[in-house]
Amino acid sequence: MTFVPKPSARHPLLKTNEIGLTRRDYEAIVSTLCAGCGHDSVSAAVIQACHELSIPPHQFAKVSGIGCSSKTPSYFLGNAHGFNSVHGRMPSIATGAYIANKDLKYIGISGDGDSASIGLGQFAHIIRRRVNMCYIVDNNGTYGLTKGQFSATNDRGSTSKRGVPNLYAPIDLVSLAIQLGASFVARSFSGDKQQLIPLIKAAVLHKGFAFIDVISPCVMFNNHDGSTKSYTHVRNHTEPVVDANLIMPRDEITVEYEEGTTTSVPMHDGSKLQLRKLSDSYEPNNRVSALTYVQKAQEEGEIVTGLLFLEEDAVDCHDILGTLDTPFNELDEENLCPGTERLEQINDSLR
Amino acid sequence: MTSYNEFVIRFANVNGSGSASANGMFAKALFRMGIPVTTRNIFPSNIQGLPTWYEVRASAREYFGRREKVDIMVAMNAETYTEDVDRLESGGYLIYDSTRGRPRELCREDVTEIGIPITKLILSEFSDPKQRQLFKNIVYVGALSALLNMEFEVLTSMVASQYRGKDKLIQPNIRALELGRNYALKYLPCPMDIQTRSADLIGDRILVDGNEASALGAIYGGATLCAWYPITPSTSVADAFEKHASRLRVDPETKKKRFAIIQAEDELSAIGMVIGAGWNGARAFTATSGPGISLMNEFLGLAYFAEVPAVVFDVQRAGPSTGMPTRTQQSDLLSVAFASHGDTKHPILLPAAPKECFDFAADAFDLAERIQSPVIVMTDLELGMNQTLSEPFQWDDSRRYDRGKVLDFDDLEEIERYGRYVDSDGDGIGYRTLPGTHPTKGSFFTRGSSRNEWAVYTEDPQSYINNMDRLTKKWETIRRLMPAAEIESRNGRAGIIYFGTTTTPMKESLLMLDENGIALNTLRIRSYPFGADVAEFIETHETIFLVEQNRDAQMKSLLTLDLGIDPEKIISILYYGGFSISADYIVDSVTEHYVVNKLPRLREVES
Repeated sequence: MTFVPKPSARHPLLKTNEIGLTRRDYEAIVSTLCAGCGHDSVSAAVIQACHELSIPPHQFAKVSGIGCSSKTPSYFLGNAHGFNSVHGRMPSIATGAYIANKDLKYIGISGDGDSASIGLGQFAHIIRRRVNMCYIVDNNGTYGLTKGQFSATNDRGSTSKRGVPNLYAPIDLVSLAIQLGASFVARSFSGDKQQLIPLIKAAVLHKGFAFIDVISPCVMFNNHDGSTKSYTHVRNHTEPVVDANLIMPRDEITVEYEEGTTTSVPMHDGSKLQLRKLSDSYEPNNRVSALTYVQKAQEEGEIVTGLLFLEEDAVDCHDILGTLDTPFNELDEENLCPGTERLEQINDSLR
Repeated sequence: MTSYNEFVIRFANVNGSGSASANGMFAKALFRMGIPVTTRNIFPSNIQGLPTWYEVRASAREYFGRREKVDIMVAMNAETYTEDVDRLESGGYLIYDSTRGRPRELCREDVTEIGIPITKLILSEFSDPKQRQLFKNIVYVGALSALLNMEFEVLTSMVASQYRGKDKLIQPNIRALELGRNYALKYLPCPMDIQTRSADLIGDRILVDGNEASALGAIYGGATLCAWYPITPSTSVADAFEKHASRLRVDPETKKKRFAIIQAEDELSAIGMVIGAGWNGARAFTATSGPGISLMNEFLGLAYFAEVPAVVFDVQRAGPSTGMPTRTQQSDLLSVAFASHGDTKHPILLPAAPKECFDFAADAFDLAERIQSPVIVMTDLELGMNQTLSEPFQWDDSRRYDRGKVLDFDDLEEIERYGRYVDSDGDGIGYRTLPGTHPTKGSFFTRGSSRNEWAVYTEDPQSYINNMDRLTKKWETIRRLMPAAEIESRNGRAGIIYFGTTTTPMKESLLMLDENGIALNTLRIRSYPFGADVAEFIETHETIFLVEQNRDAQMKSLLTLDLGIDPEKIISILYYGGFSISADYIVDSVTEHYVVNKLPRLREVES
């Protein structure tokens, strides 16, 4: 945890994006999370992704629930509005916000406690409603702010810091998202920027509900030998399936390592993660095979990462509702109030 | 002695038997004859097979409260027959289907029994089983038209307009009406001593229920999102919003909608969507009842602290949640006023009639954006789901929505440093900005609490205190913005306070009390927090009655807490049986207090 404010001075050679903004324009206040927390890597990836997309920061709206993960929208896109809402209920806030203004980009940050336990219902239903947003779960399998209770994504048999084993089967948010109709489903690892940044970029540009489950180890409560979400465990059990080298309708996104090779990704704590690129045979456009693939890997103790499912040309909730192109929050009396003449007709119909 | 346009008729049916439309047609026919009417639907939490009653009160004097007894009973349900017969006033009329025999011991000497062989008439005329069932109801309406001396053309023209476009239904319906009418004219003593006659007592008024009025108010008030979860008795608010918005808010060329309705997965989600939309600058509402309010508690607290506008309609029902969902009560007052954890309180609007539901619904959106906080419009099943005579809806086309304090791009350009919770106007209300307004100014992080006036996270005690004190100051601003109470003096030394649907039986109660030599000044509460007018009314009367429909005198608690009034000063009249309070109950309660305490009356009355 740091209390040092960021200096406002900028290096004159800082790289600018297409709209002339530097990476610093996408940053915010310094994180107050524990040093080494995976969530900070996710925030950094969000910053990098949004900068590379050259979307003005204030055109984003950040929403979150409650928990360590949900604090993180404070730490990126400082010029965007944010809403740190109620535990597990970010999806409903995001839905209402999106109904009010379809023109902004929405980034939701949640955690495994937030989305898989208290908010599982809202998580399921926002997927059904196809809200156009990028929904990231910082998944560390533990309750950090209340000091290390198991969350619902924790694997059976995984132990807590005190050595107590988890007795219950995990909820896999990725499988749920595929099954419930999300049009973009990915999983990544907080330490894997090479994979995560392009995924976030693609998710932001995707029209429809884009979900990224990011395994993000908790350095305090879930980074020990018995944990299945520790840095070591995840590094040894990761099988990346699809790189995010997809072409979106409005932008091109690439990753920096080539197909068929392995790459060594440096982590912020100095360690390195070996990523293996997947075979071309993986087909991300089929919901059933994607689900089978994920669950099969799970059975074998592997964490599949990458873009697992993509439905292009998806409809979103405004399409379903048949709403006006103009954002609702721009409508005034002229558009909304039917006026006295119509009211008189209504009165007449009630006589 | 013949009486005109002054009676209560009750239809006892089985739910799911199609009686609702026939009974509604009967009420509307009286209304179209120019007779003031109100209706009450007393129904079970069930779709088919349980007893249901529909009551119509016709009253030239405009007494619209529920009466304990009825003048005419149309007893179509064998299961409730005994109870229904008991409910008749002495001198009343019992109308029943005489096709089959009835238990003799159930007959009453003091009522006139009128048997109509409804089933037999139907069997000889209609062969379709569905028609046979449905038209039973139409037959008794036809018979009533003769017994009550109603204008038959009013009924037939209603059938014609109701089935316009489905023309083949018109003739059988009219035939069924005629069957009942002709039988009555031929075999029964028509008309009865209780009669109708055409009048001109309606003026330009309308017949409508409160939920439809609230929905229309929301449309006129500029609501674009209705997020809701089905719950009796509030469901018809969302239904009516959809019905009217589909006509009033669709772009004629593109057919795209200027509204959205989302049936949420639960009430937590419904209020979350409303708050999300409010945060983002669109007007949104939800409609619910007590159990939904319970589920919305956490979010209502968030909206209070985060200062986000939201509008909630609470159509109250009898608690607890699974108890009597189809009965009426005013028992959510305290849970709404203080909904959530921490120090929270919410302003409440309390309409008493459909026209006021419309007005308060539209006003609620202005108010919520002005004060940047949830506003709860509280009605109940009695007002929400029953059609009653109402002033017509009115709108002023020059009216502009009050969007409250929202800074746009140009405003932000001129500001050196923006602080979301800075009280620059001294009214406790800061300036909002909406997401996406300005590239570098005006963004802030919305959160529940623990922030300073610049919206920066802090756990500093003084910052927290400052924020809470500003919210207290805002509460006083809200108090000034709420609609004033309605006060009438009748030169009494005692006063009576009521609100919402305890208003309905008040006209009748006051006249009955007057006959008992008791004159009461009246005050109708229309909102919470209360204004100085309410405090003054209580202070300046020796005796104050307060009529409520809940067990725990919740309004009395609110008055005590908000105004610091001595609770001893207020005499509660409480009814919480699930029906609406009757004039008889109010009069008995007040009179008993006068008798027990030997209070002086205007004149001596025989007791």
